[in-house]
Amino acid sequence: MSYASSVLRLARIPVLVACLGLLLAGCGVNNIPSYDEAAKAKWSDVLNQYQRRADLIPNLVETVKGYAAQERQVLEEVTNARARATQVQVQIPPDIVNNPEAFKRFQEAQAQLTGALGRLLAVSERYPDLKSNQNFLALQSQLEGTENRIAVARRDYIEAVRQYNTELRTFPGIIWASTLYKNNKPMETFTVAEDVKTPPQVKF
Amino acid sequence: MAPQGGGGEMRGRHTAFYREHGVLRLSANLAAVAAATSLALLLLVPALALDFPVLTGRVVDDAGILDAGTRAALTQKLAEFEAKTSDQLVVVTLKSLQGTSVEDFGVELGRHWQIGQKGKNNGVLLIVAPNERKVRIEVGYGLEGALTDAVSRLIIENGITPRFRAGDFAGGITRGVDDIISVLTGDAAEWQQRAAKRPEPTTRWDSILVMLLVFFVFGFVFLTLVGTIPRNRGRGRSRDGWSSGWSSGSGSDWSSGSSGGFSDGGGFSGGGGSFGGGGSSGSW
Repeated sequence: MSYASSVLRLARIPVLVACLGLLLAGCGVNNIPSYDEAAKAKWSDVLNQYQRRADLIPNLVETVKGYAAQERQVLEEVTNARARATQVQVQIPPDIVNNPEAFKRFQEAQAQLTGALGRLLAVSERYPDLKSNQNFLALQSQLEGTENRIAVARRDYIEAVRQYNTELRTFPGIIWASTLYKNNKPMETFTVAEDVKTPPQVKF
Repeated sequence: MAPQGGGGEMRGRHTAFYREHGVLRLSANLAAVAAATSLALLLLVPALALDFPVLTGRVVDDAGILDAGTRAALTQKLAEFEAKTSDQLVVVTLKSLQGTSVEDFGVELGRHWQIGQKGKNNGVLLIVAPNERKVRIEVGYGLEGALTDAVSRLIIENGITPRFRAGDFAGGITRGVDDIISVLTGDAAEWQQRAAKRPEPTTRWDSILVMLLVFFVFGFVFLTLVGTIPRNRGRGRSRDGWSSGWSSGSGSDWSSGSSGGFSDGGGFSGGGGSFGGGGSSGSW
């Protein structure tokens, strides 16, 4: 009898532990790390889409050069802006999402590239031969699609960061943030002003 | 976020008051936090304010530009296409874009309806907004490689918009659907490869073993802690109550994977796919 009851007692321990675990999970002890990871994944997606845009540019510049070599200034501007954006992207510190300065630098470099690309596409309007070039049309639609993907990735990132930052500052997350996850800092997010900026529009 | 910081400061200043009316104060704080959070939600996510049409079938003619015969023909074509490739293609016409761009509306609608199979994200939306004169092919993550932006644009510019300009919505949409299907089924080898890609996640036995080990370690730690409690304390409880609690707890934890919410019968629903802004748009 006493042996059986001690076995029973032993069997209860894991049950208690499981209940405690479920109780803690119910209090949102896992929320901060999971939102943290989600936001970081969204950030990787943003980087990925910007990289995709940067990869499209050399081909686009070459194609435009074939028809509109005299637009040297605009072409150089795009090439330089791409070089700068790529350089900033290579030098990204690992803590960029928590580092306002690095984040701002990244955002500015990409905004410059967006502007330069917009001017290049606007200039190419003046060259009918270029506009009817199949290669150019394909590149142009890929670029438009990539700008759209960037917009979506940025919005997803902003939303993920909002959720994470809110969790850090509201109950019950604030309890865990001030005890278990002291190293978790609020993340940087994109400023709205640049997000609103319209992507390069092309008319036919 | 400022109101929440202010709440903390106020709590510090009114310590005496807090001590007296502790419960009231705490609930007031909670209410303030909840209000601030919902306000932030409203301010930061305007995209959620869009009013989406109901997913009534594979062809959602909200703008009412298709006749019943075309709708039926398209529905059958789209059902056959899904049976063959598991890709979900949905045609939707919109009364209004509600002030946003067709790109924005497309990705939000695709995510809202969850077109495409879960894990494969192989959904495509053909969106027509006749009042704004916009058309868009919205491509799910999983099909971006096959139905590229450039191909989507060719379909729109060569197949769809010329017919729309002539006022032939049924013809343009039918041609667009045919073109999308032919692109997505054109290369059999490729779509077979695509179907094999991204398998459903399976249960990882090694991770379960690690978890069990962790449970036992915690169990022994608990044993030393609980060992000081008098023995007769838990004797009244029945064995059944404990064992049933244990089995239900573990059962819900490790069920893995989920099948798509799609049934092959009359009803139609999205399979859980997601979108990332792929595709192309046009106007006429």
